[in-house]
Amino acid sequence: MTQSFRLESGGLINRDKKISFKFNGKNYFGYEGDTLASALIANGVHLIGRSFKYHRPRGFFGAGVDEPYAIVQLYRNGETEPNIKATEQELFEGLEAKSVNCWPSVNFDIGAINNFLKIFLPAGFYYKTFMWPKSFWYKIYEPFIRRAAGLGTASIKHDKERYEHKYEYCDLLITGSGPSGLASAYSAAKNGAKVILAEDKSRFGGTLLTSEVNIGNQSGKEWADSIISELKEMPNVTVKNRSQVFGYYDHNMLVMSERISDHLPKTKKFHPKQRLWYIRAKEVLISSGSIERPIVFGNNDTPGVMLSSAAKEYMKVYGVLVGKKPLVFTNNDSGYETAIEFKKNGIDPIILDTRKEPQSEIIEEAKNMNINIKNSYVVVAAQGYKKVKSADVAKISDNKEELGSIENIECDCICVSGFWTPTIHLASQSGNKTKFNEDIDAFVPGISKQNEKTLGAANGIYTLEETLKDSFEKGNLLSKKITNNENKVSFPNVVEKKSTVHDKFWCVPLPKGKNYKRFLDFQNDVAVSDIEIALKEGYRSIEHVKRYTTLGMATDQGKTSNLNGLQLVSKIENKVVPAVGHTTFRPPYSPVSIGAIVGREVGKHSKPTRKSPMHSWHEKNNAVFVDAGVWLRPRYYKRGEENLFEASKREAKNVRTNVGVCDVTTLGKIDIKGPDAAELLNRVYTNAWLKLPVGKARYGVMLREDGIVMDDGTTTRISENHYHMTTTTAQAANVLSHLEYYLQLVWPELNVNVVSTTEQWAGAAIAGPKSREVLKKLFPKSDVSNEGLPFMGYMEADLFGVKAKIFRISFSGELAYEVNVESDNGYFMWEKIIEAGEEFGIQPYGTEALSTLRIEMGHVAGSELDGRTIPYDNSLEGLISKKKDFIGKRSLSRKAFAAEDRQKIVGVIPLDKKTSIPEGSHLVKDSNAPLPNPKLGYISASCWSVEHDNPFSLAILKDGKNMIGKKLFVMSPLKNKVIPVEIVSSHYVDPKGERVRS
Amino acid sequence: MLHIKCPHCGIRSQNEFSYGGDATIKRPELGKEISDQDWDNFVYNRKSLRGKHWELWQHLSGCRQWIKVQRDTATHEIFKTLKANEEIS
Ligand SMILES: [Zn+2]
Repeated sequence: MTQSFRLESGGLINRDKKISFKFNGKNYFGYEGDTLASALIANGVHLIGRSFKYHRPRGFFGAGVDEPYAIVQLYRNGETEPNIKATEQELFEGLEAKSVNCWPSVNFDIGAINNFLKIFLPAGFYYKTFMWPKSFWYKIYEPFIRRAAGLGTASIKHDKERYEHKYEYCDLLITGSGPSGLASAYSAAKNGAKVILAEDKSRFGGTLLTSEVNIGNQSGKEWADSIISELKEMPNVTVKNRSQVFGYYDHNMLVMSERISDHLPKTKKFHPKQRLWYIRAKEVLISSGSIERPIVFGNNDTPGVMLSSAAKEYMKVYGVLVGKKPLVFTNNDSGYETAIEFKKNGIDPIILDTRKEPQSEIIEEAKNMNINIKNSYVVVAAQGYKKVKSADVAKISDNKEELGSIENIECDCICVSGFWTPTIHLASQSGNKTKFNEDIDAFVPGISKQNEKTLGAANGIYTLEETLKDSFEKGNLLSKKITNNENKVSFPNVVEKKSTVHDKFWCVPLPKGKNYKRFLDFQNDVAVSDIEIALKEGYRSIEHVKRYTTLGMATDQGKTSNLNGLQLVSKIENKVVPAVGHTTFRPPYSPVSIGAIVGREVGKHSKPTRKSPMHSWHEKNNAVFVDAGVWLRPRYYKRGEENLFEASKREAKNVRTNVGVCDVTTLGKIDIKGPDAAELLNRVYTNAWLKLPVGKARYGVMLREDGIVMDDGTTTRISENHYHMTTTTAQAANVLSHLEYYLQLVWPELNVNVVSTTEQWAGAAIAGPKSREVLKKLFPKSDVSNEGLPFMGYMEADLFGVKAKIFRISFSGELAYEVNVESDNGYFMWEKIIEAGEEFGIQPYGTEALSTLRIEMGHVAGSELDGRTIPYDNSLEGLISKKKDFIGKRSLSRKAFAAEDRQKIVGVIPLDKKTSIPEGSHLVKDSNAPLPNPKLGYISASCWSVEHDNPFSLAILKDGKNMIGKKLFVMSPLKNKVIPVEIVSSHYVDPKGERVRS
Repeated sequence: MLHIKCPHCGIRSQNEFSYGGDATIKRPELGKEISDQDWDNFVYNRKSLRGKHWELWQHLSGCRQWIKVQRDTATHEIFKTLKANEEIS
């Protein structure tokens, strides 16, 4: 393919470097510095995709971020990405892109039938059509909508690219490097302020790259280049291109997405693909410019109809003609600049100006160049299906309501200019109360809420001289306030052509007998007639009209459509635009890739991984790990071909018959010190703590103020004013915060300090009838007999030269001890335990066996203490002191908590003693009762009892106290299981608790 | 993301803090008789105010102190922060 629409010379592209790329399977060439859009246009490709609703042919409308049509599926280095704007995607060698939203191909699209059925797809179509019958939703409507909607396909593959987050602070953040951004950045930088200047595009300079102006005897571009190169040299300035500030959040925090590698065929080694910047700025200067708005006319979505400024940019930046027979349709002087540029490149444009007799320097220049200008003329409709072939034009009356006779003009593109809309998204996101500016027919920033100011075109200032003056001054003033330093920049001489006022004309009336579709929102296919229907149906609030018609709700967020939509609503409603008001602008200004938002917090990096000091021993001994919060814990130790079930059964059985050792380092540990430590414990636990002797441990339960159990654990009195508290692994952080809350805010008079020591101690639980024998070998100098170290006793001992703490506590129901040593000695301790235990048949056991042991004991854990149960429910009412008050006690006397038939923990055994019971199943009286079957309780935990060799579960059951011996059914609709069961005591092993005391 | 001035550490980002609810709620004294209504008011009943609101935050990833923050719930403006032992005036 030849680049038949590429100019012989000109543009900012590098013609020495040819780049090959593929679009819809065909090979093309472009140049370095092209966007995918400019390269396609250069090759004469104008059909890019199909529209969202009617599947009408779509081409290019803009040249940048405002593009509503040219959205492609991109293929780069073996990966694919949807929703890429061809106008933003820079060309790289080997780039591949495909059209979206068309099937089977962009040229022949079946969905285009919607276009001929458009009478059936008016505003609110989805709401009206897919409402009923309800049963149709799942099988018919949803798949239909899903297939018809969407703009591309997300990859389901793991994204191999790296994305980074960066936090930055600055004095001034300036968003956009057009004239206002450059001037303000320059004067602020000269005053020594820390400045970040962000430019969305690859080239700095904004409109200076395309306008015929002169600043300090340089062209606009030359001036921009010199300012940028000076700024880049300054140590207090960060200049970033390809960086979009897309969100303005609270307390002057802005988020910017920097596209580091998207313009390259492949991300460089050690480079991220994109970087998200969280910038906390003292002051923000918004210099985001403005976006040209279209004039609405018939078939104004035909490929070849585009913004006049975009046509100019394609010529001036990329050396590309958008057409060779251009029609410029304008209501202001901007269209003339585009026409002049065409003329300079040897193309004869025709200007249709809606104004009657406009006069200005620019118009004079066009006239002098012999450009054909038709005043009081409008485009009534574009003709041509896949590309503009001609335009129906007509004279329009002075009141803009009557059309003259229709003439047809041959053309291959229609460049539209309906004046300019300031880009106020960031200002609006910051909470700025925007106001309507009658002169420019658009909203501009008003009263600031945060430290933000808007400059230049974004503020509705459209002359270069005024823009530069204002921007130099604001940059200087704001930075001076911060740095107390002034280094004033002299104002350059500015030459620009004067323009005259625009015509407040935005929509061409329909000619008699014609019913052309006149589009407002190009991406969502919202036409004038849709808004009219919505208003007829009674929608009034602009927010409702927006949602009903989907105006401005596409991925371009209505950058080119919002104001014309407002104009229409206000015209029909006979209100002024500010009374209608604009819809809310929300971040992101332009779509941001999910990868950038997630950053490096993916997979294993999504949260920290905590490992115990014995982790490498577990690894070496075939441990299979499980995530326990952020901890990695051995779930079981695999031997040979064993599976989880077999291994955990073996491990648990070995604890019941010999001795096992379990890594319990993950348990939360809190060190409590101070003269009032006992008093604190007495207030947070439900049982009595004032009389616990030194060297003794006690089991305790703590509640929330609403009476629900928060956590349980043992606390040991190490010395007079020193306690060692343990919490469950899951609640460790919450319990510490809870204690701090009461100590700092509720009872500051208590003289107590608390600190987490979870990571300071490595812990091993040695459990089983032979555990004392192991202990004797480990601590030959200490008396670990039943008298020397009784149940719930504590002692400090010497473990072959290492200081150890021994707690005689049990989670398994067997004779058991927990040994703690400083973390650095954890591995040493573990090896010694394994060594000493060898002759007694010691085996390490994981969390699965640990669970089995506690379940058959009826010892409650996280699945019972789930934030919904009170002590009674867990058979812990014996631990509630009647004599003292404590956190949450008052709540326990609430009616529901004191009810006679209150839920209570029970044991559950299947009648066949074989079928295992799924956790989370419901308990019901009658398995054949009509649905919804009244639920009596739920299975909280299940195991295979190694003591009895049959399944056993714990359940929280209504009136559990009186249900022992009853027969019920367990139902699991999820697993399609109905199991007849018997309710038994929750203490299935050693109900009298003799073993722990043996 | 908010910027919160911890009275102990200075200005820090919101992600170092955790939210703790209404700072004006006083816990009833331990061991004192209290009506069901008063207890419910303490445990459950909260006003969802629009506007200036004194609330608790804990500087969890910093000094671990609970602090009192006066914030506008609609605009997120923060007017004042106090240490736990300073009275709201
Ligand atoms: Zn702090």
